[in-house]
Amino acid sequence: MNESLSPKRKVYGVLLQGFIFLCTGITVALLVGLLGYIFYQGLGHISWKLLSTARSALEDTIGILPNIIYTLYIIFTTLLIAIPIGVGAAIYLNEYVVNKRFVQIIEFAAETLSGIPSIIFGLVGYMFFCQKLKLGSSILAGSLTLSIMILPTIIRTTQETLKTVPNTYREGSFALGATKWYMIRTILIPSSLDGILSGAILSIGRIVGESAALIFTAGTGYVLVKNYFEALQTSGGSLSVALYVYVYEHGEFGVGFAIASILMLIVFTVNVATKAVKKKI
Amino acid sequence: MDIIKTRKLNLYYGTFQALKGIDMDIAEKEITAFIGPSGCGKSTFLKTLNRMIHMVPGVKITGEVSYRGKDILSNTIDETNLRKNIGMVFQKPNPFPMSIYDNIAYGPKLHGNTNKAQLNDLVEKSLRGAALWDEVKDRLKKSASGLSGGQQQRLCIARALSVSPDVLLMDEPTSALDPASTMKIEELMIELKKDYTVVIVTHNMQQATRISDKTAFFLVGELIEMGKTDDVFSLPKDKRTEDYITGRFG
Repeated sequence: MNESLSPKRKVYGVLLQGFIFLCTGITVALLVGLLGYIFYQGLGHISWKLLSTARSALEDTIGILPNIIYTLYIIFTTLLIAIPIGVGAAIYLNEYVVNKRFVQIIEFAAETLSGIPSIIFGLVGYMFFCQKLKLGSSILAGSLTLSIMILPTIIRTTQETLKTVPNTYREGSFALGATKWYMIRTILIPSSLDGILSGAILSIGRIVGESAALIFTAGTGYVLVKNYFEALQTSGGSLSVALYVYVYEHGEFGVGFAIASILMLIVFTVNVATKAVKKKI
Repeated sequence: MDIIKTRKLNLYYGTFQALKGIDMDIAEKEITAFIGPSGCGKSTFLKTLNRMIHMVPGVKITGEVSYRGKDILSNTIDETNLRKNIGMVFQKPNPFPMSIYDNIAYGPKLHGNTNKAQLNDLVEKSLRGAALWDEVKDRLKKSASGLSGGQQQRLCIARALSVSPDVLLMDEPTSALDPASTMKIEELMIELKKDYTVVIVTHNMQQATRISDKTAFFLVGELIEMGKTDDVFSLPKDKRTEDYITGRFG
């Protein structure tokens, strides 16, 4: 602290600093406390049997292997649908559209789309994909619904990186005779991988955490099917959905916390993996 | 022989006329320098020669521009081929965010050459042509962004050379560089004119006198005077040229 400050201002400074420390402290304590509580309650209930088997009504055992696999399937399928469309839309908006007003309207629409409560996506997805397109309650219907939900995120993050690609790269490529598409393929997409990846990660977080929209569209199925393509047509509950089902319908709080711990670990792993991949790029 | 000719070239950005009736002949295997104060149209004119100016929305052009007898303002011109023949180096070095090797191989690949051995040869030849080979031969796979500004600019020149152009357009290629790097590039340009026709926009009049054979002086969209560099600088025909080169404005 500066010596020349008046005592009043010194006290004020110290108080303010204390207050900021307190705010940080509360935030960190909440995080650590929450994580600690979940792991404390959950880790003990994680067993090999829980992780490696499906639920059996006959033996009256609980296993979440199908839910783990279905979660991965839903992530994969959703990204597979949303990334090409989202990246394509972002490139179109950023590189092709001359009319700025049009871009603003689309951006506003995407922004609005991202603010819609997920249960409404669930409802519409149920009506359209499950009923109208007769996909039934299935991983595919769930993934299609989530694709629409995460599309704004993918578009926005891709657009942001496209905006940071210097114009001089584009000019350099054109000056060598490149067509627009060649320039996009060789310069823009490689230099925006970073942003596309960030969008994908944010989306994975959202997919893993989603329950409302999925209960409507992908259902709560827990029967393990042979392969991915069969799973697309099968009802399958993700981990978050399974958490809800086990706690709310079966009163299995231990299993609920076990799933919560696993979800935390998945999110953590995804974050670490992203950092590693980003470094490589 | 004159390789590029323009007749009554007018260019408008919307309603603003940036070039006014330019008639110019650019000779083969010479260095032609464009000088003039900022906003005089010299860069705009340069970019018209490889149609980069066509990318600016709202540009309208009238008159004639021909390259080796071909009308390049025609809508049916093959831009890819034109820009292969008329390469460009920009004011700020703009290496692509990839390795030194890939920067040079970019052009040949773009024009359909995927033969590994040929690409290796081209990369070496282009880097040698831009006097950069000895400095980078041991780190071809390293990112180009690790090079110094001067090296980056020579890399961009090498990249332009990689597709065996006929003409090299340079838009103030040394304005972002230090004096030592500038000198290297100037020496390089004098080397280059043995094989290429070089057209350079420069803000630096000493640079024009040091390297160019012909000088063209532009002022508010008009070509005021063009001739042998020595003549333009020692015996300018036009009062405005004299005022500019003696530093009375600019």
